[in-house]
Amino acid sequence: MYILEREYLAALATLLLGRGYELIGPKLAGGVITYAPLAGIEEMARKIRDAQGPGHYRSSPGEEDVWFSYVPGAASLKPWFNPPKCLVCRMRGSADEFLNETPPVTAPKRAFIGVRACEVAALRMQDKIFLEGPYADPEYRARREGALILAVNCSHPAETCFCASMQTGPKATTGFDLALTEISAKGKPAFLIEKGSDAGGELLGELPVRMATAKDKEAAILVSERAAQQITREINPERAARGLAAGLEHPHWATLESRCMNCANCTLVCPTCFCSTMEDSTSLSGDTAERWRLWDSCFVSEFTYIHGGSIRKSGASRYRQWLGHKFSHWHKQFGASGCVGCGRCIAWCPAGIDITRELAVFEASAPATARETVR
Amino acid sequence: MTLTTLDAPMSPLPYRIRQVTWENRDTFSFALAPAGEGSCERFLPGQFNMLYVYGVGEVPVSISGDPAEGDMIVHTTRYVGNVTKAMSRLRADQMIGVRGPLGNHWPAGEAKGKDLLIVAGGIGLAPLRPLIYEALRRRSDYGKIVLLFGTRSPDDMLFRNELRQWRSRFDMDVQICVDRAHQDWFGHVGVVSSLIPRAGFDPYLTHAFICGPEIMMVNTVEALIKRGVSEEAIFVTMERNMKCGIGLCGHCQLGTAFICKDGPVFRYDEMAPWLTIREM
Repeated sequence: MYILEREYLAALATLLLGRGYELIGPKLAGGVITYAPLAGIEEMARKIRDAQGPGHYRSSPGEEDVWFSYVPGAASLKPWFNPPKCLVCRMRGSADEFLNETPPVTAPKRAFIGVRACEVAALRMQDKIFLEGPYADPEYRARREGALILAVNCSHPAETCFCASMQTGPKATTGFDLALTEISAKGKPAFLIEKGSDAGGELLGELPVRMATAKDKEAAILVSERAAQQITREINPERAARGLAAGLEHPHWATLESRCMNCANCTLVCPTCFCSTMEDSTSLSGDTAERWRLWDSCFVSEFTYIHGGSIRKSGASRYRQWLGHKFSHWHKQFGASGCVGCGRCIAWCPAGIDITRELAVFEASAPATARETVR
Repeated sequence: MTLTTLDAPMSPLPYRIRQVTWENRDTFSFALAPAGEGSCERFLPGQFNMLYVYGVGEVPVSISGDPAEGDMIVHTTRYVGNVTKAMSRLRADQMIGVRGPLGNHWPAGEAKGKDLLIVAGGIGLAPLRPLIYEALRRRSDYGKIVLLFGTRSPDDMLFRNELRQWRSRFDMDVQICVDRAHQDWFGHVGVVSSLIPRAGFDPYLTHAFICGPEIMMVNTVEALIKRGVSEEAIFVTMERNMKCGIGLCGHCQLGTAFICKDGPVFRYDEMAPWLTIREM
């Protein structure tokens, strides 16, 4: 592990930009932290505080001398890897005679800085979906292949965070090229840096770093421990899965239906929600036909349309699909819960629905397992 | 799958329509062949293709032809929505985009040495026809072969020629029923599950393959279980909205299953928990 004094983070940015990377990092835009292209480290959001709660988000200037004193806002890394809109294929001709002239998928080299542990976990989950199934998604693969992930371990979790209970944070343990923890080293603000890949190690060779002392490492451990202690919300993934599996026809779905506006915000801000739809169009002359992929949501009633109508007509059934998929079915499909505990769906729900509370209702009425009964 | 398709799994390959056959007033079959070089992809009975109509859209369609025929690949569908309506207007020599074959297949190998019971409702016969061709080609692999086919009315019948041929065979039992009929129908009137109690198969040594509307499949399974067929020997094929057909778009999920990549064929006990829940 290494120490990089805080002021030299700019050198890392310059190094990456010089190597032709597009640098993407947290930026304050419209009062919200979002991931955006950065021309240098000075454009990165620093010393900002965020207050988050059910249906609530406000940012303000921070008082402490801590750069990463916030967590991200509505935008996750998702759109950078799975864009909200992308071309699937382009045909030229007519129904009588056409050729497939789909351009090859390309993506610029991008380095992502300030990526939080939950985002790294979400990215690993997206890898499982888009790269590790029977068919890989060419768009995701192109964007993922050249990407550098420079993580930052959280020191100031939001009130909506629950990564600790999902075991995805607040410290990133895998899936990054470099991971930074903001500490004070020898009285100066600095980052303790962990190497996660050869590409990360190679970058370190170009930076003014020194070896971390035992004291530096202790300081970093303390930052992550304190962050974990500040997290108040929690979900037990196994209990949630059991509660939902037993509660498919629970009366609480009707209560959720009465509160949910079917706006799909939760699925759009969710870093693991991956559903998409297709849109076809032709040029006015008709000699070019394109097929575009767009983000979709299980909250949209047309989502399940087949001849004769939609399968999930009621809001209750659509809410059940979202929560049931994420916290129950996902385990069988991808070997883990579909939630990484980022809390975005809580903060960005206009009705302030807090899934940590809602899941507790299903858990409470699920039959306990034998082991729990003994306890 | 060809390498091109694996590389660009959402990009259709251009095929040409060789023949359009109208099976009844709303159901038609397309025989397709690759527009350029190369031959048709081999498929297994039960698989489907995503068919793309230029500028209109793409839908999953059952492959309904003979798997042994390599020159052309036959699909059967009914016009019920925008894409299938546009498809119904296409004529021979026009083009269509093809992605596939996708999904799993009827586990015919498991049924070796047993009676083969095939139950179809309406256009549900389409993904079962390749299985019937295969089974008759390997006739000695099975005990009895029974086809129970139900359709709304005599006019809604499809694959009439094949049904006639199959009915004339001495090594296959074909029973057909309709939901309603005029005086000129002399066959059975009723739902297809009502044929199960009298059908000639050994319930303890039978593999059943079913395709049709969900309610028809549920009723059929109920009748089969009542006769003593075990849930593990019953297979159904499912239909859901599909945009990608390869497990990436999320639309076709039913409980823990992606119908496109885990199915469309499922052993009944895998589907049973979801089929009885409304709006799942």
